[in-house]
Amino acid sequence: MKTLRALLAAAFVLAAAAAGAVQPDEVMKDPALEARARALSAELRCMVCQNQSIDDSDAPLARDIRLLIRERIAEGETNDALRAFLVSRYGDFILLKPPFKAETLLLWLSAPLTLALGALALVLARRRAPTATPALSAEEEKRLAEIEGD
Amino acid sequence: MTVEIGHFALILALTLALIQAVVPFVGARRGDPALMGVGAGAALAQFVFVAVAFAALARAHLTSDFSVVNVAENSHSALPAIYKFAGVWGNHEGSMLLWVLILSAFGALAAAFSRGLPARLGADALAAQGLIGAAFLAFILFTSNPFARVWPAPFEGGDLNPVLQDPGLAIHPPLLYFGYVGFSIVFSFAVAALVEGRVDAAWARFARPFALVAWCFLTLGVAMGSYWAYYTLGWGGFWFWDPVENASLMPWLAGTAFVHSAAVMEKRDALKVWTIFLAIVAFSFSLIGTFLVRSGVLTSVHAFASDPRRGVFILAILAFFIAGSLALFAWRAPLLKQGGLFAPISREGALALNNLLLTSACATVLFGTLYPLALEEFSGEKITVGAPFFNMTAGLLMLAACFVAPFGFSLAWKRGDLLGVAQRLAVAIAGGFVVLVALIAIFRGGPILEPIAAGLAAFVMLGALCEVVARVWRSGASFAAALSRARGLPLSFWGGAAAHFGVGVTLLGLAGVGFGAETIATMRIGEAQKVGPYAVVLETVGQRNGPNYRDSVAAMTIRSGGAFAAAIEPARRQFSARQTTTTQAGIATLDFGQVYVSIGDPNADGGVPARLYWKPLVTLIWLGAAVMALGGLLSLADRRLRFGAPALRRARAAATGVEAQPQ
Repeated sequence: MKTLRALLAAAFVLAAAAAGAVQPDEVMKDPALEARARALSAELRCMVCQNQSIDDSDAPLARDIRLLIRERIAEGETNDALRAFLVSRYGDFILLKPPFKAETLLLWLSAPLTLALGALALVLARRRAPTATPALSAEEEKRLAEIEGD
Repeated sequence: MTVEIGHFALILALTLALIQAVVPFVGARRGDPALMGVGAGAALAQFVFVAVAFAALARAHLTSDFSVVNVAENSHSALPAIYKFAGVWGNHEGSMLLWVLILSAFGALAAAFSRGLPARLGADALAAQGLIGAAFLAFILFTSNPFARVWPAPFEGGDLNPVLQDPGLAIHPPLLYFGYVGFSIVFSFAVAALVEGRVDAAWARFARPFALVAWCFLTLGVAMGSYWAYYTLGWGGFWFWDPVENASLMPWLAGTAFVHSAAVMEKRDALKVWTIFLAIVAFSFSLIGTFLVRSGVLTSVHAFASDPRRGVFILAILAFFIAGSLALFAWRAPLLKQGGLFAPISREGALALNNLLLTSACATVLFGTLYPLALEEFSGEKITVGAPFFNMTAGLLMLAACFVAPFGFSLAWKRGDLLGVAQRLAVAIAGGFVVLVALIAIFRGGPILEPIAAGLAAFVMLGALCEVVARVWRSGASFAAALSRARGLPLSFWGGAAAHFGVGVTLLGLAGVGFGAETIATMRIGEAQKVGPYAVVLETVGQRNGPNYRDSVAAMTIRSGGAFAAAIEPARRQFSARQTTTTQAGIATLDFGQVYVSIGDPNADGGVPARLYWKPLVTLIWLGAAVMALGGLLSLADRRLRFGAPALRRARAAATGVEAQPQ
């Protein structure tokens, strides 16, 4: 069942903490800084959930990281520095978009590679296929003549 | 007693499945019609016995028979009847039984309609279907028996998981399973064709209706799951790209590709090997979708440890059917004769391109889903592959497939004229551009991807309409003439047009996401909060008792320019049996958009923390899926695809002594 697991995960989380995702008391006063915090949180994984970003998650851990991000942004830290700090603390696991590096090369190339391989297969299949309609056999000619004669 | 009857019926069903797997296959090898004929009877009887087993379990759930472990663990006497019934498949064992019930139903259907087929092909296909049934019946009986008793019986059940106490549970799993399992017939016929070493247009004509049925259900099932998640999870997300969702998207993508390539095979006798391959792939993904996910291996390798017997059994079944069928394909596919030549620019060419894009998208989703697992296994490194990755890769490929769709729909078979098609689609192309440019101009500095999606959506929808107009209307002809032309078009054409239109509708709904609004605030009684073009006012806060829960309700009204537009009641729902709380979002549909409000627990000073969203056009996402399924249904109703239609025509021709006109 598709959503079952997501729902179960949500159930667990909801049971653990009766809090919603971003709470009114978390919102920063400066809308520009808040927008930055929201955009950044949407890229970060809630590590106790199923592929949910911390921006959407109800988990207490997600809230902690959301507050941490806002604190650091208020102190004037850049997005890149914040991201680097979080990766040093939690590993690449926290990034919803995996970094492009040797270990993820195959992953990032999966789409172009399958597309190229598929195209190649199509071209090869066309090459292999007979290019002209085969001529009629003597028997078929005879049958054709019969039908035309009717 | 009924529970034991159910258990016994399931054992009989397994025996019948084994007979169905072996006898017709042997008969086909020996050319013995009596042995081959066993398959149909066994398939029908197997369905009857699985239905008896399912009815027995359903009765135990409905009567709250807590002496059955499955009922005691997953039901409660205070549950409303609908959830007692839906709760039959709200757990591992019961959902497996539902899966096998649907599998045997499809098997019986195939048996009933296989008479018009070459005897050996039909016998082999039923044998393959029997083998699938036997594997999963054995899995249920040996590792997941829903009929186990417990003594002494508890006075009360452990309750159904509160998140599952939703009408979605009654609808979503059956729809999805009909979709998954419907592809099993197509798979069985592909296996039979490979064993035979021969496949032709008649094969496609027989397999395509089953694929269309499966595809319609799967489309609705995926959409229903998405809507369920949307209104349950409390923040209005409808797609998370999590492994469970991906598992249902993959068979849908492969199935969509199959429905298209089977059309080419049926009409033009081309893409045969590819179609057979897709038949295998579509069901393989269905198996992965149901079982790999259920076993928990996708989210955590360690979930297997909780019940290693089940995990190993499932893996063995998956490996046998997927690797076995692919090996059979590699061995026998070269025997299949290719036919049907076509130029690259033709309807076949466009469909091949569509297939390429859809299967690449499917492969990318598979890669993205399994990559973190493989990487952790081999290097110990943990990464996350989330929405940004899938949007950039699979999302882009699917958009490309949408772009190709109107061209493919308008191109002629065999050799097409791209310039002519562009003229035919001139209105659609212009319409798409106008939408794109207008949106970028109006929302300057706003999102870029969403206007592109909206433009593409307009192009796809108008493209389907353009083709209808081009087929129906001739310049100077009367309205009546156009109407009679429209009536003369085959239903499968209307089905294709509707399905493509539906894709455009869904795409438009997705594009709407970029133009939404969100407000996070602590609401107080009498105060208004603005969200998008609306103002939401908190009217009262109160408590309300349900059959087995207690709601903290915040009654709100939605106003548009001071006038009342709708009332909603978002709530926090407390279930006493499992001590859990769920969020009940308040949703009002206004035009095609929705105002969506979810609340948290009230503060000590009476303020209610709330998140308010305005989601323009959001309902189109799911309405589009319904339109797609309608298209599939229209296609299915086409005379040409009706089961046994050729036989009927032959009979009629023989009766009247007139040779039937080839269509």
